[in-house]
Amino acid sequence: MAVPSFLARERIVARPGFNRWLIPPAALAVHLCIGQAYATSVYKTALVEHFDSSLTSIGIIFSIAIVMLGLSAAVFGTWVDKNGPRAAMFTSAVFWVSGFLVGSLGIYTEQLWLLYFGYGVLGGIGLGIGYISPVSTLIKWFPDRPGLATGMAIMGFGGGALIASPLSRQLMNFYDPGYDGTAGTVPSGNSVALLFLTLAVVYLVFMMFGAFIIRVPAADWRPDGFDPASVKSKSLVTTENVSANNAIKTPQFWLLWTVLFCNVTAGIGILEQAAPMIQDFFRENGGSAVAAATAAGFVGLLSLFNMGGRFVWSSTSDYIGRKPIYMVYLGVGIVLYVILATLGSTATWIFVITAAIIISFYGGGFATVPAYLRDLFGTYQVGAIHGRLLTAWAAAGVAGPLIVNGVLDSRGTPGELVAGDYRPALFIMVGLLAVGFIANLLIKPVAEKWWEPKTTDAPTAAAAPERSTVR
Amino acid sequence: MSTPASTQNQQPTHTPVGLIAFAWALVGVPLAYGLYNTVKAASALFGG
Repeated sequence: MAVPSFLARERIVARPGFNRWLIPPAALAVHLCIGQAYATSVYKTALVEHFDSSLTSIGIIFSIAIVMLGLSAAVFGTWVDKNGPRAAMFTSAVFWVSGFLVGSLGIYTEQLWLLYFGYGVLGGIGLGIGYISPVSTLIKWFPDRPGLATGMAIMGFGGGALIASPLSRQLMNFYDPGYDGTAGTVPSGNSVALLFLTLAVVYLVFMMFGAFIIRVPAADWRPDGFDPASVKSKSLVTTENVSANNAIKTPQFWLLWTVLFCNVTAGIGILEQAAPMIQDFFRENGGSAVAAATAAGFVGLLSLFNMGGRFVWSSTSDYIGRKPIYMVYLGVGIVLYVILATLGSTATWIFVITAAIIISFYGGGFATVPAYLRDLFGTYQVGAIHGRLLTAWAAAGVAGPLIVNGVLDSRGTPGELVAGDYRPALFIMVGLLAVGFIANLLIKPVAEKWWEPKTTDAPTAAAAPERSTVR
Repeated sequence: MSTPASTQNQQPTHTPVGLIAFAWALVGVPLAYGLYNTVKAASALFGG
């Protein structure tokens, strides 16, 4: 599928002297916008009242979006790699913004199916394409620090929710003065519809800015002082390339899929349940020692560690290697989950610190995986391979809540649960992390038979790029 | 996959520092706003 010439990869090849530090903000401009997906809880109650529906019916909107994220990243990954980041960011913006516009119409006309289709399906496609769009470009611009580069972008996905939550509250308060953001007040449905319209405009501007400043490096470009041979000297790191179609035939891909699935499922187990979990852990005689406002503070703290972990751990992986850092995420994660299950209810500080580090590993796992893929499969179609790997996220998004909610449903009623009721779910997570730890240990370099012929990048030198104004 | 061309025979360019600063500010200011609000919310955890 061809793209208009102004979006074509050939139009955005950077000339010598281009400053690569313009690329991370371009990537962040997209990820900060699509990260809004994690802030849907802000207007969830408003939608339940507006549609006279249930939490489950409204929660499905987010589930559809995450499933579409995984599917679209897998399906369009090759297209993204072929047509380049500008076409991908542009397309992502169109889908993401259309999702808000159609969703807004659905809220205004009280047609829930339009909200499912708009935010869930259209928005979800925008999420998937947008999530993978800058990743391979960043890896190519920062061959010396791929973990730092992908950490910066994927940190933005965590940061998007930090921005969207307070911004949404303030905007809904502006459109519905009866809502002041405190417990007990619920914004009107029309204020949510207007919020969607406003976000659509803001996100369109930001994402288009990212799309139009993004550039790809020329094939023979290298950072000053960077020697590709130094990369090859590290274990598990290849200078060869593997296509996306071949990558999914390798055991390395599926082992890494398992690693990501286990790490994400374990993290979601806490994230999904964070606010009630801290209250339940410190429940005595029917009441909790932790107030609702404190529980909300705990959720905020987890968001900070989720975002910070993406940058800090992924950057650290550039120094200690991708396989060792996942041994930390999964191995130390096992110890932390055991501490949480056995000692978590003895003191608030133990619970908070343990959960915060676990969530930082959850974020770190997301941010480090593109660099791990690059180490194993090269840069040739790393975006497409990353897209296919994200099906693990979609699967974990279903499995994590199912495990936790399934266990809790069998143990009692929400509002009456105590720490002991969480233990079976936490020990299931320990088992999952152990599976992921073993899968990571089994990852070896990709066999030579899957390597692309050396001529893969030959067209690179032949193509004559057109000029653009900002390089 | 069409791949980027070589830098040979191309005129060097210079990326304006102002553009880089503007781009970072455009993403940095909203991020700082989000961080401030989240830290404020998280502070309830330590406020007793």
